[in-house]
Amino acid sequence: MKKAINLTVNGVSRSDEVEPRMLMVHYLRDILSLTGTHVGCETSLCGACTVLVDGKAVKSCTMFAVQAEGVSVTTIEGIATNGELHPVQEGFWEKHGLQCGYCTPGMIIAAAQLLDRNQSPSREDICHGLEGNLCRCTGYEHIIEAVEYAAAKGAGSSK
Amino acid sequence: MNNKYVGKPIKRTEDPRLIKGLAHYVDDIRLPDTLHVAFVRSVYAHAKIKSIDISAALASPGVVAIYLGKDVEKVGPVPCASALPELKVPDHRVLAGDKVYFVGHPIAAIVATDRYTARDAVDLVVVDYEDLPVVVDVEAAAQGGPVIHEKFPDNVAYKLTSGEGDIEAAMSSADHVVKQRILHNRLAPIAMEPRGVLARYLPGEEELTVWSSTQIPHLLRTQLAIMIGIPENKLRVITPEVGGGFGSKLNVYGEEALIGWISVQLGKPIKWIETRRENMQATIHGRGQVGDIEIAFKNDGTLTGLRYSVFADLGAYHQLLTPAIPTLTGLMLSGAYKIPAIQMNITACFTNKMATDAYRGAGRPEATYVVERALDLVAAELKMDPAEVRRKNFPGANEFPFHTATGLDYDSGDYEAALDKAQQLAGYAGLRQQQQKARAEGKLIGIGISTYVEICALGPSQAMPAGGWESATVRIEPTGKVTVLTGASPHGQGQETSFAQIAADELGVDLNDITVIHGDTGVVQYGIGTFGSRATAVGGTAVYVAIQKLKEKAHKIAAHMLKCDASRLSFEGGKYSQEAAAAATATGISEPVVPVGEAPAAALPEPHTEGKSSLTIQDIALAAHLAKELPPDTEPGLSATYFFEPKNFTFPFGTHIAVVEIDRETGDIKFLNYIAVDDCGKVINPLLVEGQVQGGIVQSIGQAMYEEVVYDEQGQLITGTLMDYAVPRASHIPPFKLDRTETPSPVNPLGVKGVGEAGTIGATPAIVGAIVDALAPFGVKHLDMPIKPEAVWKIINGH
Repeated sequence: MKKAINLTVNGVSRSDEVEPRMLMVHYLRDILSLTGTHVGCETSLCGACTVLVDGKAVKSCTMFAVQAEGVSVTTIEGIATNGELHPVQEGFWEKHGLQCGYCTPGMIIAAAQLLDRNQSPSREDICHGLEGNLCRCTGYEHIIEAVEYAAAKGAGSSK
Repeated sequence: MNNKYVGKPIKRTEDPRLIKGLAHYVDDIRLPDTLHVAFVRSVYAHAKIKSIDISAALASPGVVAIYLGKDVEKVGPVPCASALPELKVPDHRVLAGDKVYFVGHPIAAIVATDRYTARDAVDLVVVDYEDLPVVVDVEAAAQGGPVIHEKFPDNVAYKLTSGEGDIEAAMSSADHVVKQRILHNRLAPIAMEPRGVLARYLPGEEELTVWSSTQIPHLLRTQLAIMIGIPENKLRVITPEVGGGFGSKLNVYGEEALIGWISVQLGKPIKWIETRRENMQATIHGRGQVGDIEIAFKNDGTLTGLRYSVFADLGAYHQLLTPAIPTLTGLMLSGAYKIPAIQMNITACFTNKMATDAYRGAGRPEATYVVERALDLVAAELKMDPAEVRRKNFPGANEFPFHTATGLDYDSGDYEAALDKAQQLAGYAGLRQQQQKARAEGKLIGIGISTYVEICALGPSQAMPAGGWESATVRIEPTGKVTVLTGASPHGQGQETSFAQIAADELGVDLNDITVIHGDTGVVQYGIGTFGSRATAVGGTAVYVAIQKLKEKAHKIAAHMLKCDASRLSFEGGKYSQEAAAAATATGISEPVVPVGEAPAAALPEPHTEGKSSLTIQDIALAAHLAKELPPDTEPGLSATYFFEPKNFTFPFGTHIAVVEIDRETGDIKFLNYIAVDDCGKVINPLLVEGQVQGGIVQSIGQAMYEEVVYDEQGQLITGTLMDYAVPRASHIPPFKLDRTETPSPVNPLGVKGVGEAGTIGATPAIVGAIVDALAPFGVKHLDMPIKPEAVWKIINGH
């Protein structure tokens, strides 16, 4: 039996009927066609599915869509403003913070939230903030540099 | 060549779509009416299937079809491309028959209207198993353990002895022989995107399109055509964005053929996306060797012989290259050293586990680990500095091509230069003093060195199972935009950028005018794919040579259009120009007559050559397509294709130095420094090289300290999720100090060697060496990977 949900995704109001067991990540990908949010493990360990729910980084593979009633969700497709890349996105591009790109959306979302909490993180803060996100390609060094780049550009302070 | 781009740290052109979340991996491709597949997989490592009851699953709403092994006998076996003498090859069907051989062995494919329904139906299938004795340990398998495949009662897939020189004499006449048993832990590649397949059969056109997350689209197409029984020219394989491979997608999997075949049966798009649990169980693993090293040497540290006798754990079946991987270990056992006699003895066995195959480095990390651990043991035995033992046995820079006792000819190298640079960066002499001081204070600091060589740019076709060349087509479109079609299949390595850099410099055009297309057999000429650090050295060279061919033609057209002798034209900055003196004599050419009704051509701008003394290559492209003023007997259009066959492999090398400190209280291992000086020949894009090196080193840290595929004695996979299998995280990485030396390869005109696997090959022994060195005060000479704090703590505390 489907349940109605009302929420905002990337600034757009949505009303949908979903199966109670539908995962948030499948709602975003299969119902809203926002396929930038990826599935990498189904056990909440890799972080590829990370999105912002009311400003907090959440692994959308371990949340049901029905739990999203009334919330505001930001996915990778919605993190840029008016076509301008988010400083974290810019940092990933500038610093070669991605290779295959599969972990990248979740990594960018997690990094953006990290900078919202802490505008001038140390290297240790960044590593700690990204503990929940796995990358198999880059060896993380360039990702850390990308976040430092975004911090230097004032990401987080604008919010 | 005017290097505006090559050699520069150019930002990747593929990144915008990836950082915006707009790229398309297989699961992001949506086709109407797609049906979804979920697999029933064996929960036993070895069992007879007495019966399978699918009635409840089939009756479940939304389930469309269920296929068992007996239903798919027409689908050809999963191929193995290795052709070793007397190799035993089990019949590897896409679904299990009356027996299962490993946990995760696919038994049934359930097709349903959505993935939740398909997954639910998996639980409704009742499989009645009769469990059989299991063999998990490779040595037990070799020594008369339970028989896996009845046709091969000794469980041995092959035995092979290789190498040159008199090994017996070397062993018997040496001043010293040191022996060490050594384990290469079984690893899971863990591409962040699991495997995935989408297939669409169009019954009218009789065409099948397969989207698959693979590293080898063309080879996959050939194999799928055979397996599915569809003409190869009616089959198109597309690799959309691929979320990492590391060798795990350098394969042909049963699921790929089965999904295609089901689409043909049902006439609908069929999709299967692997779960992470399936990925751990049923995507190939890497490494998995246990062996004995014997190294013979003189009192002064000169190496005289190396023997490595290894049991290779192949798993239950051969995947594409399973048996070949240990042979690559044999090839590289000379490392960076002069060793006059080398012998490798392989006993490769079946076990009730998933197949091992190519994982980043594929047999070469094992070789480097063997050789570098051996050199550390020599140093310990002689109480020499590990760096000096290495230095003593290097071939000199003037001794290349250097022939090894494993039958290879290393192309070029200056091993001492890389070692010098790394020692300098590490402050090596001071570091050893600090270590002594720290030890006196009770601190445990260790320094590990690896001076590795790897074999890359795979490879000459004679040495490869399915051709080792690579292809490229370079085309300048009428509007001047450049299209590069490469047979390589990058999946994170960044060749859309680096190949565009090569093309932009060679053609003198803007980088943004170039598009590099790959991974679509319907568009790209046949190619081999991306693996073995080959894409730039082989595929990049194909791009380079294709451009030279294209420019030969453009040059002739330019001379004709400018009405001058070709020898008086030069190409610079994207323009063909006459020499200054000749410029004045250039004359106008007659207006071309465009017949009415030839709209497409007429709609294009006309090339204006009148009064010109130079033409851009893009002007020439337009003229070549309009074909109104071409030299006699010139084909219209401006494109060239080249298939580059390398004459040899390339041999990148370098020195890695790891510095660690061990916490006495907890056994925790912390990196104080990590220095890597890599030589991958000429560099197209240093940013990408750095990314490859760092990523590889961190995968090595995984192997050395965290990662291990564990099966229990019943063959149950203990490390079945990312909760149990420890992939390194951001906090696990060392402070990096990276540098390079640059020794061009003579094997290709770009001088490049390859860098994709350097990190996983060079780093592991440096890390293990550092940990062992830190524990040397406890008499430790070797530890098996992964070295966890628990093991370290036990040593410190005398347990």
